[in-house]
Amino acid sequence: MIFSESWLREFVDPGMSTAELVETLTMAGLEVDNVTSAASQFSGVVVGRVESTEQHPDADKLSVCRVTDGVTDYQVVCGAPNVRPGLLVPFAKVGAVLGGGEKPFKIKAAKLRGVESNGMLCSAEELGLAESSDGLLELPETLTVGDDIRVALDLDDKLIELDLTPNRGDCLGMIGLAREVGVLARAPVKGLEFPSVEITTQRSIPVATAAPDACPTYLGRVIENIDIEAPSPYWLQERLRRSGLRSIDPVVDVTNLMLLELGHPMHAFDADKLQGTVTARFASEGEKLTLLDDRDVVLGSETLLIADEAQALAMAGIMGGLSSSVTRETKSIFLECAFFSPLAIAGKARSYGMHTDASHRYERGVDYALQARALDRATALLLEIVGGNAGPVSVATGNLPESRQVRLTFSNVKRLLGVEIPQAECLDILSRLGLVEVASDTESCVFTVPSFRFDISIEADLIEEIARVFGYNKLPETLGMGAQRLPKIAESVRPVSALKRILVAEGYQEAINYSFIDPDLAQNVYPERQTVLLQNPLSAEMSVMRPSVLPGLLSTLSYNLNRQRERVRLFEEGLVFERRDGAITQTRKIAGLVYGSLNPISWNQPKQAVDFYDIKGAVESLLDLGLGAGAYEFVKGEHSALHPGQCAEVRCKGEPIGFVGALHPRLQRHFGFPSKAYLFELDTAALVEGRLPAASALSRYPEVSRDLAVVVSAGIAAGDLASCIRVNAGDDLTELTTFDVYEGPGVGEGRKSVAFGLTWQHPSRTLGDEEISAIIAKCIKALESDFNAELRV
Amino acid sequence: MATPDSLLTEALEAIQNSSDEKSLEALRVHYIGKKGAVTAQLKALGQLPADERPAAGERINVVKREIDSALTARKSILIEQSLSAQLEAETVDVSLPGRRQTQGGLHPITQAIERIAAIFAGSGYEVAEGPEIEDDYHNFEALNIPAHHPARAMHDTFYIDPATVLRTHTSPVQVRVMEGGAPPFKMICPGRVYRCDSDLTHTPMFHQVEGLLIDRDVSFADLKGTVIEFLQAYFEADLPVRFRPSYFPFTEPSAEVDMGCVSCAGEGCRICGNTGWLEVMGCGMVHPRVLEMSNIDPETYNGFAFGMGVERLAMLRYGVGDLRTYFENDLRFLQQFN
Repeated sequence: MIFSESWLREFVDPGMSTAELVETLTMAGLEVDNVTSAASQFSGVVVGRVESTEQHPDADKLSVCRVTDGVTDYQVVCGAPNVRPGLLVPFAKVGAVLGGGEKPFKIKAAKLRGVESNGMLCSAEELGLAESSDGLLELPETLTVGDDIRVALDLDDKLIELDLTPNRGDCLGMIGLAREVGVLARAPVKGLEFPSVEITTQRSIPVATAAPDACPTYLGRVIENIDIEAPSPYWLQERLRRSGLRSIDPVVDVTNLMLLELGHPMHAFDADKLQGTVTARFASEGEKLTLLDDRDVVLGSETLLIADEAQALAMAGIMGGLSSSVTRETKSIFLECAFFSPLAIAGKARSYGMHTDASHRYERGVDYALQARALDRATALLLEIVGGNAGPVSVATGNLPESRQVRLTFSNVKRLLGVEIPQAECLDILSRLGLVEVASDTESCVFTVPSFRFDISIEADLIEEIARVFGYNKLPETLGMGAQRLPKIAESVRPVSALKRILVAEGYQEAINYSFIDPDLAQNVYPERQTVLLQNPLSAEMSVMRPSVLPGLLSTLSYNLNRQRERVRLFEEGLVFERRDGAITQTRKIAGLVYGSLNPISWNQPKQAVDFYDIKGAVESLLDLGLGAGAYEFVKGEHSALHPGQCAEVRCKGEPIGFVGALHPRLQRHFGFPSKAYLFELDTAALVEGRLPAASALSRYPEVSRDLAVVVSAGIAAGDLASCIRVNAGDDLTELTTFDVYEGPGVGEGRKSVAFGLTWQHPSRTLGDEEISAIIAKCIKALESDFNAELRV
Repeated sequence: MATPDSLLTEALEAIQNSSDEKSLEALRVHYIGKKGAVTAQLKALGQLPADERPAAGERINVVKREIDSALTARKSILIEQSLSAQLEAETVDVSLPGRRQTQGGLHPITQAIERIAAIFAGSGYEVAEGPEIEDDYHNFEALNIPAHHPARAMHDTFYIDPATVLRTHTSPVQVRVMEGGAPPFKMICPGRVYRCDSDLTHTPMFHQVEGLLIDRDVSFADLKGTVIEFLQAYFEADLPVRFRPSYFPFTEPSAEVDMGCVSCAGEGCRICGNTGWLEVMGCGMVHPRVLEMSNIDPETYNGFAFGMGVERLAMLRYGVGDLRTYFENDLRFLQQFN
């Protein structure tokens, strides 16, 4: 909300400069966003009076005027259409500087089409008072000719923009703001006068509320025989302008002034367009209304309406309807002033994609004791401008909010704030804020919350008010760190940061991608998964919650390849989302991607592209952190995004925990990657599970090692051979390595040789040659029978 | 048979001419080994007249010792020479780069979160995490933001369905922890949060770290002290910090925290919008209703909560100019943090 500093000072003198006022407001929780000037920077402009005008001899559109500053007459050539004798106008004398701060220009004596001109008559635009003007600014006749216009029009006023938090609806009007400044500055605040209105017509329209909780107060009165064409006075237009509103017509201008002054929205209907009783009621489902801004809305049954006996007239507290609106032809108005409860209005405007000055205030709470006085004040002002006759007020009442009482126990001020604030100071602050003490004892005090404060309902609210006015920055700072306890750290659970550091050591760079991705991408990578969709995505490309971390990594690869990176190693850890049987699952995954050469380009390392076994090595390093690579198995897997011949499923205790493999050539082509990318994605939970180290005594007896090479059909998995050996090699086997795989001359077409190194050690004796030979023979026999293996000699 | 002296002359010359340890060893065997020439002369002493034996024996022993010491001396020279040759031959160009895998690195947001967690861990704050797709109750209701509360408009919420949202802050994690345990609580909750807003200064996803302390007799003064100490620790500078009253439905009293601009030291610059202050956190005393909803008695326990945007802290700490670069994952950007 924007307010004029001068207007504020009409109510309260805080005894501070603008800068101090801004600082005080901000530090009291009424954050000042911006301070601007009421007019552009100019000087040398006075109130001038046009004494006479004559047609310029050589230019149709120019007038030659005599203008006085009260002392001297000047000849000024002017092109404005509204220049006429007797008019008071801003007169920039020779030597005046116009044009604001950026491009100032000085007014000089000049000849316009041969006629001397000593100065310039100005429009509102030229003084920075309007975006555009189509003529001279016509000044009120009450001004004194010759006065500096900056003083005469109070143009050194500052416009202060507040960013109010939603709890402070009471400051959305000048009287509330003035009250607040009075509290902060401990200065008296001038009250508003609420004149009584003389009733000069008996015409009235009956009102009713069919929603006594949503609309506890509905007041309205007819004002007939108005002159809608009467212009709003300069001061009113200017007050609106300085508050960021435009002048529309006198009726709208007056209701807008009430909005700004009292923080109370009002609405005027064309009284001649209403039929029967005006009622506040909830809409019937599907009821239709065309709003003032020409928009057709279909209403839901939770929307509060103002309706007459024929139709819906307005969305209560949000916006009026078109059919009953005040127009240039309006002769009589029905002026509404109602209290709608915040709960009835809150969220409604937003649900229709709307936000109005009225809904903004009603949502936050409008003073529920103000309606009658507000209606009279608006009526009195309107009568001054548009004339006419005011009728009696029609009243409908429902269930007003109960006035709240809140107890403050003084010891709780210290408990919550950590400092003793004298009772007298607490009481002073609260009473200035409008809280009325209704009961007290030595330890506590009960207050009635004023009708304009919807945000105060519990003791903590009172203490916050005390702290706020006392000054947050005057409160002490202590280091109450709470009870100190030693952390409980589960040693068998590895921190995710340790997983990340393993990948970092392997050259992987961590990426963080958005959790929402392009549905096409999700479909490409995981066609079989049911994804979680956003109802209101920012764009179609960000409308699906990622079912996997991989699409993000593939996009990141693409982004970097387009920027000449040729060797890319990435990982990301985070949640992925999926719908299973209707329910949403959220699972932490860690995923990686490698692309390009195995090693960084170097003088002493071969240039070699990464392959499956490089990324599998990284996965094995991750597995080693937790239960150890031995607790996992890699089996040939299937994954829609991966190459069917280069894809392994990783299992732990028989359960799949992820996969590793080469990007499917179809997707490689889809992304346009020149070379193969390799990927893995694993359940984070399966990797961080570890176990406590358990030491065993070291054997003092020698190890025995043997090599065993067999030739098998090329399609047989080496891992299956190793498993077979492990089963048959006895309990004392301590190590099994696969140290050679060979296909080619010597082993036969379609065959391969796989060589294993076996090591045994017995805890309490030396193993003999015979028993080792027997074990080897057993292994060979098993390999022969299970895999049709031949011993390679 | 040669005389001992001629043997000595001959041996010394041979030793001097020997060029490696192996030939030197051969000379030792040849002269003073068990079957060597000098040893043979000792064995032949018995053939001499008895009165000549002592002098002759003495002379042979002298010769033997001289040969032995010549062998030893020559050996150490040869070792020295061969070592020098080896060193010469094995010399490498130390200026060439080593053989290695490149190091990767952690994302700057991860680094910032780890730093924040480490600072709070020092005072016993544990890390808690929770779901990112959250139900309306935990994201709003339990935090005293009922349906249609105007504060909901400030949250720009992404919806999955009317009762399910992408969490707009990490505060629901606090609710979940409070529901699942008993006070005291002392924790931070880092993680991704979502708001449907995207422009120069907003990304639809960003990271927050939320902190919570619930105990007996916790005061706003404790909150102030903790926040100030944290900011000064995080930025390693004695920055001024101020607290402005603000409004969050889940805290009362509530405050925005400003700290002195890290870029201009309060003089006013582009980064702080010429105010000298940077808004870095929201905080407050946990609202009694929030405690009640999590089954904590607000008469017995109270506490404070604070929340900060990780991107913003990291921008200020590391001089990142554009928020959006965090999620473009350009390797040239990411590698600056390795």
